[in-house]
Amino acid sequence: MYSIHAIPAVALALACAAAPAIAQDAGQTRSLAATCTTCHGTDGISVGGVPPSLAGQSRDYLLQQLKDYKSGKRAGTIMPQHAKGYTDEQLERIAGYFAAVKPGTAPSAPRAGN
Amino acid sequence: MIISRREFLQWASVAAGTAAVSGCATGGASAGRVVVIGAGYGGATAAKYIKLWAPDIDVTVVERGSEFISCPLSNLVLGGNTDIRELTYSYDGLKRRGISIVRDEATAIDAEKREVRLAGGNSLSYDRLIVSPGVEFLYGGIQGLNNADAQNRVLHAWKAGAQTLALRKQLEAMPDGGVFALHIPKAPYRCPPGPYERICQVADYFKRAKPKSKILVLDSNEDLVSKKGLFLAAWNGLYKGMIEYKPNSELLDVDVKTLTAKLQFEDVKADVLNVVPPQKAGLIAEKAGLINANNRWCTVDWRTLESTAVKGVHVLGDATLSGPAMPKSASMANQHAKVCAAAVIALIKGGAVNQDPVMMNTCYSFVDGKNVMHVASVHAYDAKEKTMVPVKGAGGVSDKASEQEGLYAWGWARNIWAEALA
Repeated sequence: MYSIHAIPAVALALACAAAPAIAQDAGQTRSLAATCTTCHGTDGISVGGVPPSLAGQSRDYLLQQLKDYKSGKRAGTIMPQHAKGYTDEQLERIAGYFAAVKPGTAPSAPRAGN
Repeated sequence: MIISRREFLQWASVAAGTAAVSGCATGGASAGRVVVIGAGYGGATAAKYIKLWAPDIDVTVVERGSEFISCPLSNLVLGGNTDIRELTYSYDGLKRRGISIVRDEATAIDAEKREVRLAGGNSLSYDRLIVSPGVEFLYGGIQGLNNADAQNRVLHAWKAGAQTLALRKQLEAMPDGGVFALHIPKAPYRCPPGPYERICQVADYFKRAKPKSKILVLDSNEDLVSKKGLFLAAWNGLYKGMIEYKPNSELLDVDVKTLTAKLQFEDVKADVLNVVPPQKAGLIAEKAGLINANNRWCTVDWRTLESTAVKGVHVLGDATLSGPAMPKSASMANQHAKVCAAAVIALIKGGAVNQDPVMMNTCYSFVDGKNVMHVASVHAYDAKEKTMVPVKGAGGVSDKASEQEGLYAWGWARNIWAEALA
């Protein structure tokens, strides 16, 4: 659980003033990014690596790929069709979200009856 | 102690509601209680994500089955292109996350008392209830199939598991030169491209093992409802001469003894008859008064997935009245689940609900053991229409089936299974 003592008083005061807006914005970004994870894995960490993991990649690289898919500059199977469904601002948020996730290994769903 | 940015934001959103501050400072106290009915693609994913995003909310899942068997990819079992064990997963991953799994059946919902009653006699109380009941089959209009014996002889195999294996056995037992007939209900039904993929899988098996056999597609719809050009390319290419497509073939009755499908203008006799019946929202949705569209589906507010019929109850997946061009698919149930999880957390903690949800859909279909094609779409909430609408210019289908997309399809499966169960 979170400890109230661990947060410096200044941050606490700031949080009290700005928390609702920041939290709402962060929640929206997280939800946008979660639309990608059906295929790319929870938090952008892909079980088995196909489709590729997005977690921890550079924000600029991710954003450029998404924009290139959207414009048609980069070819693909499904990504050009998905990228066209998002505004540039949404793509920026998505790229920023996955860039901030620490890369790692994703657990796979456990097999039954083993 | 180091607090991550995410934890800090979670804390801050709790702290923003003054009443919650003391609860936060004491630590360990439950922020609220969520019960989820049904641990398929919708329910399991919602449970996992609520726990992931709000570990202080208690989550209990009620599920009849002992394990998760994936409907997506189960047509491959019919084609002999995978084993059902590859599609069967346990709920242990959810338990490891601290989610309670109750193996029981929900029999009633008391929305006033906020309580779910279980067949085993117990009750579960909730602050928010999520119902992800899948579909119930409507045999009512097909008299010959209105009993258990008939339903064990003429299979649906539209819920993966015992029925899938039984249909595979029927196909294996069929002599070379026999006829397999598949009846498809009028849309909307679970998994729009599924029946056409099934035809491909059975054709792939016949081509290998019973090349003189024939396949009849008895489609209630006036045309293929999904990936038409791509499926026809497979049927007229890979499987040329094996498949006959009969549109507008609504099923009036079945003679189980002779395996005859009675259509309006003809009777069609088969050696293996497979009937996918019309569908509606799963039984508990009906018992709880959640069905309020066409006597079949549950209308929801797409920002929260909360039922428009019963307050405090959210409905996910195939059971919902789909938005325009929104398929009843595993991908879509997964997306419903995550929008719902975020909203349920906000509603319990007094946070703001996202007013602009976005959902995407990805459905892969296997034309044989390896070659795959997709259909994709993106849906955004339209405040004026109060529904999710497909984003113009986005989405589409594959140019052609390919082995590359076959790899993506298995990758999609591994990740969507982990989304729900790991």
